Amino acid sequence: MRPGELIAGDRGARALRDGDLAQAWAVLAEVMDPEVPVVSVIDLGIVRDLDWRAGHLHLVVTPTYSGCPATEVIEGDIRQALEQAGFAEPALERRLTPAWSTDWISDQGRERLRAYGIAPPAGSASLRGASPTVCCPQCASSDTELLSQFGSTACKALYRCRACLEPFDYFKCL
Amino acid sequence: MHKQALIQYLLLLGDSALVQGQRLCEWCGKAPALEEELALMNVGLDLVGQARNWLDYAAELQGDGHDADALAFRRDERAYRNLLLVEQPNGDYAVTMLKQFFYDAWHHAMLDGLSASGDERIAGIAAKALKEVTYHLRRSGEWVQRLGGGTEESRRRMLEAIPVLWRFTVELTVASDSEVQLAQAGIAADPTQVAQRWHAAVEAIFASVELPLPKAASHFYLDGRKGLHTEHLGLLLAEMQFLPRAYPDATW
Ligand SMILES: [Zn+2]
Repeated sequence: MRPGELIAGDRGARALRDGDLAQAWAVLAEVMDPEVPVVSVIDLGIVRDLDWRAGHLHLVVTPTYSGCPATEVIEGDIRQALEQAGFAEPALERRLTPAWSTDWISDQGRERLRAYGIAPPAGSASLRGASPTVCCPQCASSDTELLSQFGSTACKALYRCRACLEPFDYFKCL
Repeated sequence: MHKQALIQYLLLLGDSALVQGQRLCEWCGKAPALEEELALMNVGLDLVGQARNWLDYAAELQGDGHDADALAFRRDERAYRNLLLVEQPNGDYAVTMLKQFFYDAWHHAMLDGLSASGDERIAGIAAKALKEVTYHLRRSGEWVQRLGGGTEESRRRMLEAIPVLWRFTVELTVASDSEVQLAQAGIAADPTQVAQRWHAAVEAIFASVELPLPKAASHFYLDGRKGLHTEHLGLLLAEMQFLPRAYPDATW
């Protein structure tokens, strides 16, 4: 390592201050999923841990699906939002274990999905692969049918409401 | 001690997912219905993501400076360790979905075993992938039932698809000596259990729509685990690898 490298690679290192972590959580609550822009990364439950290491914020992020193309975008958005809020060079660690589960979506996240027209996961992740009763996000009828196991993205299935006849996305249990 | 065997095993998992994912992408723009197009691409995307997780690990173990992209785009056919089944052409929708089903049934059984692997990294990747593959298997099994028990034509096509693919299924129920050793060490999935579960899944779906189950496939002269592939893999890789090979390190 040459002189200067340590400094260049450690821009903005500082001690943790009171309120830093609470502020970081608040910033993250405004970072939205690029494909479902009404739920934040906190609503989705993909930020698993947040602390301060060697002068910087350190985050643990768990991807939703193995092949989710939004993973890199989300990580970039998180980094950008934190830097804009004054956290220099936050460190992001991607962790697969334990695997992300739809059980980690917050109640607020579920309500936001429903208001956006996406039926939230029905019940627990243990129902994965089963055929749960899914309620229409438009009229709340439970008289719905599965059109396709896979919707516009990997995390969704396509349903249709027999009551109001509207097709809708369902965020399936994982 | 197990390192070389482990790398080969990770390549079997990663290459099979990658090649199956690449084949699914060939349907992009020409699937029989919009919903099917979305489903095929979503399954393909899951598989490519899983392949990256396996190949990342394989590349780290190799430790020669190559990453997952280098493994995917700069290896020749003989260095690929995927199942022969997944490199077979898509054919019609019956062949595509039966191929998917045979693969999914194997994949699901493998991942289920691997979720309990003594290698934590493997267990983590497998546990995540297993959730996704549960949906793949359900969907492909339903398609085999729908076509096999559907109209006269759909059943005829499913009946014709079985002999096209059956001989390649021998690889789903056997294991190399090094895999058996890895399983005994608690790292790989138990090959006997994988074979039993694969047979049970196939028998159940076939019986539900009265599709005739052929006799167990016998030994085949090619072997994907040894890099001895059918001629189809070379053509698939030629298309998949063209850009990174023609323009090394290109970015966009
Ligand atoms: Zn409705």
